[in-house]
Amino acid sequence: MVFGGNLIDISAKIGSIKIKNPTILASGIMDQDAESIKRVFENGAGSIVTKSIGLKPKKGYLNPTFVELEHGILNAMGLPNPGINDFKQEIVKIKKYGIPVIGSIFGSTSKEFIDLALKMQKFGVDALELNMSCPHAKGYGLEIGSDPDLVYNIISNLKNTVKIPIFVKISSNLTDIIKLAKAIEDSKADGIVAINSIKAMKIDLTIRKPILSNKIGGYSGKAIKPIGIRCVYEISENVEIPIIGVGGITNGKDAIEYIMAGASAVQIGTGMYYRGIDIFNKICIEIKDWMENNNYKKLSDLIGVAHI
Amino acid sequence: MNSLKIKEIIKIKKENQYVKTIFFKYDENIKPGQFFMIWIPNVDEIPMSVSYIKRNIAAITFRDVGDATNKLFNFKIGDKIGIRGPYGNGFKLNREKIIFIGGGTGIATLAPAIENAYKKKFNIKIIIGFKNKNELFFDKRFGKLINNLYISTNDGSIGYHGNVTDLAKEIIKDEDCLIITCGPEIMMKKLFELFNTYQFQASLERYMKCAVGICGQCCVGHGLRVCLEGPVFDATMLKNIKDFGKYKRNESGNIKYF
Ligand SMILES: Cc1cc2nc3c(=O)[nH]c(=O)nc-3n(C[C@H](O)[C@H](O)[C@H](O)COP(=O)(O)OP(=O)(O)OC[C@H]3O[C@@H](n4cnc5c(N)ncnc54)[C@H](O)[C@@H]3O)c2cc1C
Ligand SMILES: Cc1cc2nc3c(=O)[nH]c(=O)nc-3n(C[C@H](O)[C@H](O)[C@H](O)COP(=O)(O)O)c2cc1C
Ligand code: FES
Repeated sequence: MVFGGNLIDISAKIGSIKIKNPTILASGIMDQDAESIKRVFENGAGSIVTKSIGLKPKKGYLNPTFVELEHGILNAMGLPNPGINDFKQEIVKIKKYGIPVIGSIFGSTSKEFIDLALKMQKFGVDALELNMSCPHAKGYGLEIGSDPDLVYNIISNLKNTVKIPIFVKISSNLTDIIKLAKAIEDSKADGIVAINSIKAMKIDLTIRKPILSNKIGGYSGKAIKPIGIRCVYEISENVEIPIIGVGGITNGKDAIEYIMAGASAVQIGTGMYYRGIDIFNKICIEIKDWMENNNYKKLSDLIGVAHI
Repeated sequence: MNSLKIKEIIKIKKENQYVKTIFFKYDENIKPGQFFMIWIPNVDEIPMSVSYIKRNIAAITFRDVGDATNKLFNFKIGDKIGIRGPYGNGFKLNREKIIFIGGGTGIATLAPAIENAYKKKFNIKIIIGFKNKNELFFDKRFGKLINNLYISTNDGSIGYHGNVTDLAKEIIKDEDCLIITCGPEIMMKKLFELFNTYQFQASLERYMKCAVGICGQCCVGHGLRVCLEGPVFDATMLKNIKDFGKYKRNESGNIKYF
């Protein structure tokens, strides 16, 4: 016998990538090693984005790198990562476990992106995510991702070199997000991931100084959801390529809101802080419940409905 | 939410040439074995176990090993630190017969659990090891509680001449007890192998950044977060943590063997 819930299809498709459900682990959250990634996958994530990886090992900023705030969290990790060569063993293991994985990379030049992308492809990742949006890394991330011409060049070069799909993660800290989104689409990228954490600061009143060692960090969690929703909506009005929505998702309704705004799938990061490692399973159940109550059978029918 | 709180140092105790305890007011609940992230403005933020849990007061006890602990070491009464936490799971005193085994600053982590077990009138033994007699601390604090306090020094300058694992081998004959340990990981691993039929809890240290279980920096075994599901792991979990006693990841996430 088949019960109602089983008829509900929440599988997702981002270009050529198909995943069992729309929840993806966001980059930088419990994704530094294969065993942690496996644990998140076993807790229901449809796919995993790795920590952003660069050419060489990077310690990141000195602590404090993390501040808990009332409506979100602030971090300036500084892109710590073991470097692409050491990360090979993690990717190889992840693929041995059969986990669909998106390799996140960051570079400061087109050549660096190409070197990293070729290695990730060789190690076996299913797709790439270009970090062009980290709000607090000097010479990387947002410093690259706020120049549409540079972004266009880097992606075009990459598209001529690697075969696997390329998603581009962008920031909300831009005066013209539409211009950037169009440049990304023109460069033949396979999708846009929006948004990264948002530039922010916390000052302690007694010490009278910013708490983060880097002073400026990225704000994530509940508070940033409306900003992410706006970005996804605006991008979706202007480009055809798939969008992955990120920012402040903590429950099934948040995920559905992103999908209505135009996202084909969603990523979850800080949500794990609020609801634990099994947030992926929880959100999938909540999405199905909402769909059942609202007579939807296929999640893909909800993509972009807010625009109609 | 564990937002950062600024605390004034109200008392400082020099335990020996290298180790100090600093006390601050704190009136919320803390479990023995939990830790705080301690912010030393302009320097660093580092994890530190709670070494005293009193009605309105908590403390940390640390060794001067680098920039952050050195700055702390030179702090005066009235100076300010930031704290967030307490984090982690803490020890489970789920046996009435407990043997505590500590090495170096790991002894600071065990102290509140020892006092708790004493208050509950449990049957306890304490085995602590140091390099030499100049490094001794908390021996008087524990000596006041019980007679079963055993001390080892590597050079034999006081107590048993040898390391703490050898001393433990001589003392522990009783199968029906819980062993709780904190100290250098190689020591804890050796104890775990020696006493593999015992109830066992060990408190691990890994490089920490967020301390709330999201950055992934401190993960061991099958994705266990030392800051959240640890720092205390029992025998069943330790068996599945293949990194235990073998390697750690540094700030960048590269594997470094002990
Ligand atoms: C859960 C936990 C509880 C701890 N409790 C105590 C305690 O009660 N007493 C005590 O003396 N020490 C304790 N430590 C160790 C203490 O955190 C380090 O000694 C301290 O961070 C050294 O900082 P530093 O700048 O003085 O030295 P550094 O020269 O910066 O470092 C010296 C050593 O400390 C380690 N370390 C530095 N920063 C961190 C960090 N953010 N997280 C983890 N390790 C770090 C380094 O890897 C290195 O091995 C604990 C560690 C953990 C993880
Ligand atoms: C601790 C932490 C580390 C992060 N590291 C990265 C990273 O390495 N690369 C990246 O593209 N995004 C990184 N992010 C951003 C997240 O992937 C995500 O875009 C952002 O946090 C918003 O989503 P959320 O509110 O669900 O967390 C990080 C976020 C946090 C909180
Ligand atoms: S320190 Fe970030 S997960 Fe433990």
